[in-house]
Amino acid sequence: MRGKKQSKASRAGVVVREEGGKTIIEAHGDWLVETIGAAYPVLCKIEETTAPGDIVIDFTHLGRVDTSGAYLLGRVTRRCGEPDGEFHFIGAHPVARSLISEVRKRTEACQPPQLPAYGFTKALARIGAGLEAAVFEALDTIAFFGRTLTVGISTFFRPWRFRLTPTIWAMEEVGVNAMPIVAVLSFFIGAVVAFMGANLLQTFGLSVFSVELVGISVLREFGALITAIMLAGRSDSAFTASIGSMKMQQEIDAMRVLGLDPYEVLVLPRVVACVLMAPLLTFGAMIAGVFGGMIVSWVVQDISPALFITRIQDELPWSHFWVGLSKAPVFGLAIAIIGCRQGMQVGGDVESLGRRVTASVVQSIFTVIVIDAMFAMMYLELDI
Amino acid sequence: MSRDILISIRNLKTAFGSNVIHEHLDLDIRRGEILGLVGGSGSGKSVLMNTILGLKKPSGGDILLNGRRFSEMNSRERRLVDSRWGVLFQNGALFSSLTVQENVMAPLREHIDMPIELMEEIAGMKIGLAGLDPTAGGKFPSELSGGMRKRAALARALALDPEILFLDEPTAGLDPIGANAFDSLILELSRALGLTVFMVTHDLDSLYAICDRVAVLADKRVAAVAPIDELQRNPHPWIQEYFHGPRGRSAVGSRES
Repeated sequence: MRGKKQSKASRAGVVVREEGGKTIIEAHGDWLVETIGAAYPVLCKIEETTAPGDIVIDFTHLGRVDTSGAYLLGRVTRRCGEPDGEFHFIGAHPVARSLISEVRKRTEACQPPQLPAYGFTKALARIGAGLEAAVFEALDTIAFFGRTLTVGISTFFRPWRFRLTPTIWAMEEVGVNAMPIVAVLSFFIGAVVAFMGANLLQTFGLSVFSVELVGISVLREFGALITAIMLAGRSDSAFTASIGSMKMQQEIDAMRVLGLDPYEVLVLPRVVACVLMAPLLTFGAMIAGVFGGMIVSWVVQDISPALFITRIQDELPWSHFWVGLSKAPVFGLAIAIIGCRQGMQVGGDVESLGRRVTASVVQSIFTVIVIDAMFAMMYLELDI
Repeated sequence: MSRDILISIRNLKTAFGSNVIHEHLDLDIRRGEILGLVGGSGSGKSVLMNTILGLKKPSGGDILLNGRRFSEMNSRERRLVDSRWGVLFQNGALFSSLTVQENVMAPLREHIDMPIELMEEIAGMKIGLAGLDPTAGGKFPSELSGGMRKRAALARALALDPEILFLDEPTAGLDPIGANAFDSLILELSRALGLTVFMVTHDLDSLYAICDRVAVLADKRVAAVAPIDELQRNPHPWIQEYFHGPRGRSAVGSRES
């Protein structure tokens, strides 16, 4: 028995003596998990230098012992063919002997985990593995898009299966609730563009052109881009987190077993909501951005709002507005698909939820910018 | 008070808002015994355990360890007490970002000064002691089955060779063979190390097999504490139904045959 644990434990000590060709290890003091640290190197050394068959452990001076102490004491004879043979032990102790064999019976040394290797070839291998993972990730996302598309088309022909309530809820969440932050952000972007334009164009005496600068940049690029980035940070992470936590709680499995298609119930409403709300948000962002530019032009350059609006109407072709707006649903689609797919990829643990939410935001912002670049090239070729 | 009482609970009251869980609850945990705690679902078994562990603040009453009130201990003393307690939560509560071996090493790293190689070996030993395959050490909790997770959590609870072990439904979700092995492991450890075990359980087989005494939680207090044979003769209606219902009878039958 370990007896009272309240008394202070004494350090584990080892005294080694040779007797009749045997190495006798006297265990002194208490061999408890908090005291055995000091005895470890000594025993390791003995184990290296002595034949395991010649080791005898003497319990005479041993105080209290717990499983860790018993493990360490019994460890020295582990290489012997008969690690628990009677000849290994002398001296009386109430529990040490039985504890040692009990611990040995139940344990095998744990294999140390493989540490990741370093070096030039390993670095190349990691780059390759990363690239391969990225390619498969992209393919999987496209497959997910295809799956959602089939579900969408089949729902189109059977409209009574469409989940209206979750779609409306998602539209409120993605669209209405995001409007203020998108508008404020876009307002500031418009204002900054107007400031920059004012400074630069004033030196040429062309300050009135800052109206075109604000109009073209906000309508063509910033309106849609700011909306998409806000959606990626705000709604996409929410999609991944909500679907992912459902996945973790096996709710998705429960849906499948009950005959509900999670793509129909969870993914489609979110995708539809995003595709519908992204253009509306973008429109709001454009209005706010132009308004921001107008205010700055008025304050800094004395361009009156009336002049600003007339000039925009006269000088800017409608095409800029349509170019910006046409990108919005595509952005919305990409963001919703990535968010939902990452949510479905969540595994059983919290760790993977966090990883997936991060991946989802990073991927959707990346995708939005790539798609934007592709649109820019396309419209350039089309001369719009 | 007898020297043999490790933890005593006096006149405990716990409540969530206006919802009173325990009132006038008294219970003694003796040194070296295995005490089972049973009670209906929602009777506050886990709440009682959490209150003893200090995870929930009682609304009234005292919990004493070796005659010292918990409420009077400072944070250093409390930390020292915590390092001598092993806890197995219902779902394991393993750290999901660490491997099983690192989980078991976590309390060692925190409280003990020893070479890292020895720490790894001891963690491996505890993993084996809890009945897990040595290869499980390198795995993450999410890669383990429910039963294996429970064993890994036991290995962590045993890491510091605790004085008292708290188990919350240790055999729930284990197959009967695994549950038996778990029971005998706890019995052996308790006998070999003088370990005190406080165990919340619904498993009638483990109540019969390993518990020295069983406490019954009913009517917001401990309705009875006694060795199980004595408890069966208790006239309390809940206890009668518990032990003499169909499940109770089959557990007794299988034990006597």
